[in-house]
Formats: sequence, structure tokens, C-alpha cells
Amino acid sequence: MENTSNMSDLALRIKRNSKKEKRKQNLTYYIMLAPFLILFIIFTVAPVISSVVLSFFDYDAVSAPKFIGLDNYMRMFLEDDIFPKALSNTMVFAIITGPIGFFLAFMLAWMVNEFGPTTRTILSFLFYSPTLAGNIYFVWQILFSGDSYGYINSLLISVGLITEPVQWLKDPSYALTIIIIVQLWLSLGVSFLANISGLQSANPELYEAGAIDGIKNRWHELWYITIPSMKSIIMFSVVMQIQGAFSVSAVPIALCGFPSVNYSTETIVTLITDVGGTRYEMGYAAAISVVLFILMALTKELLGKLVDLAGR
Amino acid sequence: MEATVKKPKKLKLKTARRDQYKRYTRSKAGNFFYTLFLLIMGLYSILPMFYTIITSFKPLDELLVFPPRFFVIRPTTSNYSVLPSLLDNLSVPLSKYIFNSLFVSIVTTILHVIVASMAAFVLSKTNIKFKGLIFAIVQFSLLYNAYTLEVPRYLIYSGLHMIDTYWIYILPNIPASMGVFLMKQFMDANVPDPLIEAARIDGASTVRTFWQIVMPVVKPAWLTLSLFEFVGMWTVTPTGTIFSENLKTLPYAASTIVAGGLTRQGAAMAVAVIMMIPPIIVYLVSQRSVTQTMSSSGIK
Repeated sequence: MENTSNMSDLALRIKRNSKKEKRKQNLTYYIMLAPFLILFIIFTVAPVISSVVLSFFDYDAVSAPKFIGLDNYMRMFLEDDIFPKALSNTMVFAIITGPIGFFLAFMLAWMVNEFGPTTRTILSFLFYSPTLAGNIYFVWQILFSGDSYGYINSLLISVGLITEPVQWLKDPSYALTIIIIVQLWLSLGVSFLANISGLQSANPELYEAGAIDGIKNRWHELWYITIPSMKSIIMFSVVMQIQGAFSVSAVPIALCGFPSVNYSTETIVTLITDVGGTRYEMGYAAAISVVLFILMALTKELLGKLVDLAGR
Repeated sequence: MEATVKKPKKLKLKTARRDQYKRYTRSKAGNFFYTLFLLIMGLYSILPMFYTIITSFKPLDELLVFPPRFFVIRPTTSNYSVLPSLLDNLSVPLSKYIFNSLFVSIVTTILHVIVASMAAFVLSKTNIKFKGLIFAIVQFSLLYNAYTLEVPRYLIYSGLHMIDTYWIYILPNIPASMGVFLMKQFMDANVPDPLIEAARIDGASTVRTFWQIVMPVVKPAWLTLSLFEFVGMWTVTPTGTIFSENLKTLPYAASTIVAGGLTRQGAAMAVAVIMMIPPIIVYLVSQRSVTQTMSSSGIK
């Protein structure tokens, strides 16, 4: 009898202690989260909310904002001649550079990861060099320069493929392709390195278990073991690619000028830069940003579902 | 009975694991295309950096030669030796720009990695309220156009009296969403929940579990994140928020040289090469430790 009462007393004490402990633990969690959360709300959440609010206003950054309801959105879809052009260019860039960039970053990481440490570091350096070198995409402009001083023109003339220099960056039929080439070059780095780290952190026991379970070749291994165990890192890479592919702007501005000839390489983000930075129509720029965000968010949700399906 | 059969089999596989890349062999043709593909992609990636380095050693007449030549015939270091005189007209000594760049890059990188890792740990391994919502906001915030945020951000900076101080470089970059996102994804994938549970039963405090158990496991992730953040900060040039010359960073000093036209092209390339050096050093250091952790750790 005494024994049991002692027992329940002990159990009660443990329970009380664990409750107290839990509260203490939760406090630690909140303290660990606080520095990020506070700064994140100040420098990201608050600006995003005010930008969304601003999209319903007419605001030139000088006089007081004037509420105009959905006018900015109506104007974008019904009146603006450049918006459809910017939208279609953006979609072309996104549909091509997004998936190609993602697959290149993943496949290269997968291939490079099979080498020994030294070769791996050298190869990784090659693929990460565009990011390490800073913003040197002006080099592509020298290579594709439109006069006969351009390296590509000079090379093609000396081989005899063309007789006159080609205006690579001014001719719309080439400009889009060249921007895709440069954008892919620029965007490879981050996803590639994240994938490499992901592959190197993968649990070797999974591969051993896979070999026992009858994995037959490298493609099986990739599909049934590597991809499922890396889903969260793949999702990171997907989001970074969406961010890059829908926001193409620095490369066309540097290579094709701002604005480009006949708006041939105008994208939504170069349009935002123009509307907000040159014309100071902040409300309209915010409205375009909101539409771009919705487009990207939907793409992310869709691709998230696809990533979930992989490896099944 | 079965267990005794299984054991030697597993041992054999463990030795095979040591040279994992030889486990499944490719055909000769497969090998050829594999190497060719890596070679072409490597060339495509390194070409601009390679061109910049080569051009920085070209004398003026080779820069203007027609038809243009890719390689240098008579390399010279004059593009580098001319740099100090080009920087003479700056009102602040070059060392100040270098200090500013290193200072803001290193401080921001360290703070960002620690703050992001702590937040990622809480979002990945605990059951606090709203963690799903917070993480969704973090992910989606990556998709909002940064350019549009400049005006509201400017108002916040001026409200907090941050304009024209070092804080402009540091504070807004600490909560960058990418860091939390990257660290959480790695913790989700590579830190098993039983590991956290075991540490708690052994009496390790939350902070200790985070610092001594979780962080070593995701070392490749935070080393890579440090690299991303350092490289990003190294080239950062705030617009309209820094006015004092002695608060400006190296990219600003570099841009004054590059703005000199065609005859300065060699010097511009030399500046670009010098600017590459710190990120390359950080890359080599971080990736070497990634490799070392992987080969030495027995935790996996």
C-alpha cells in the first residue's frame, strides 16, 4: 500500500517536473527563434505587406498616396502595351531556364559527387566560378559584341560561316537565346552547391540497404534512393530556380540595354524597374510585383506536388 | 540463422562503399559522353572568369588588336601596377574600403549563419505553435520581387536611423530567408528525430543539443551557407543608403576605376581579378572542410 502511494507520488512529481521542464524548453525555443523572427518581420514581412497595400494606391514617392482600388491591376491587363510582351518574355525565360537550370544543377552535382575529393573540389570550382567571380557577365557582352571586334563574330568570320558581323544582342531572334545562355550560366552555382552538400550528407546506410534490396544500376539508385532522401534539398533548389527564372532582369539590362530594342528582351522585372525606378509609379510597380508573386507562388505549389511524386 | 548469413554480406558492401563511384560500371561509350558533358559544361562555366584573368595580363596594344585574340602573347603586370595611381584621387585610403568590405562581409556572414541556424532548428525539430505558418511565409517571401521592397525598406531604415551607418549592411541581411530555408531543409533531411530524442534523454539541454549534436551533422550545409552569404555580401553595393565615403565598400572603389572607358579595360579586368580572390579563398576553405567532415565523421 505504502509502496503504491510512493509510486504515484513519484509519478506525479515526474509529471509536474516534465510540465515545468516543457515550459522552460518552449521558452528556449522562442528565444532561439526570436532574433530571426523580429528582424524578418521588420525587414521583410512589413515591406511586403506595405507593398501589397501600395498596389491599390496611386503613389509617386513624393505626394501622398491616393487610393484607387483595382485601377493599377485593370491598367496592367487592359491598357499597358508592354506588360503582355514582358509577361510572355518572362514565361519563355522561366519555362526554359527554370527546368534546364534545375536539371543541370542536379545532374552535374550527381556526376561530380562520384569523383574523389580533389577532383570533386576542382570540378565544383568550375561550376561555382560564375558566382565566385562576381558580376562579370559583361564578359559575355564582349564575346557576343555586335561589331567584328566581338569574339564570336570574329571567330565565325575567320571560319567562313558568316561574312558580316551579326548583331547578336540587338536582333530579337538571337537576343532571347543569348540571354538564356547567360542566365543559365549565372544561376547554376547556388543550386549546384546545395545539391553537392545534400549528396554528401546522404546516409550511406541507405545505399547499403538499397544494394541488399536489389537496386540494379545507377539510375535505379538515383530514382529510388538518392532523390527520395534528398527531397527537401531538391525543394530548396526548385524554389531558388523559380526565384531566378522569373526574375531575369540584370542580364538583359547589362547585355541588351535598358530598355532593349523594341522591348525584345523586356521582362516583368525590367518593367518593374522601369515603372518604379524611372517613372516613379510606385503603386503600379507594386501591383505588377503582386501579379508576379502570384505567378511564382502557383508555380512553386505545382512543382512541390511534383517533387512529392518523385521516387515512387 | 539468418543473421549469421547476413553479417559477412554487409561487411563486403561496406568495403565496396569506400570507392562508391566504381560500384556500378558504365559502358565505354557512356564514359566518353559523361566526360565530354562535364568538360563542355566546365568550359562554359569557367570561360568568363578565365577570360577576365587572361585579359588582365594583356598590354594595351593587345587589348585593341584586330582581329581580337583570346589568349595573351606578351603578358604584362602593368594593369596591376597602375592601380595605386588610379586610386590616388579617392578621398579615403584604399585600406579603409578593404576594411569595410571585410568587416561587413564577415560580421554579417557569422550573424546570419547563427541566427538562421537557430531559427531553422526550432522550425525543423520542435512543435511550437505557428511553425508551419512561419516557415510558409519564409519560403514565399523568397518569391517577392526585391526591387519593389526598396521603397518601404528605405522608410524603415530611416525610421530606425540606420541610413549612412554600418547597420545598413548588416541588419537587413541577417534575416535573409534563404538561410533559414536552406538550413531547415538540411535538418529535415539529415538530422533524424531519434537523435534529438536520445540527446534529451541523456540530459542535454536544448542549446547544447543544437550546438553539439545538430550543427556538426549539418556542417556541410552551414559551411555552404557561409560561402553563399560571404560571396553575396562581398559584392553588395547599397543604393541611396550610404553617403559617407569612409563607410563605402570595395565594389564602390572598384566601380570608379571601371568607369574609365576602353583604355582602362585592362585595369578594370585587374580589379575584377583582385575582387575574386577573397571569395575564392572562402570557397576553398569551406569546401575543404566539407570534404574533411565527410571523410572523418563516423556519425552517419
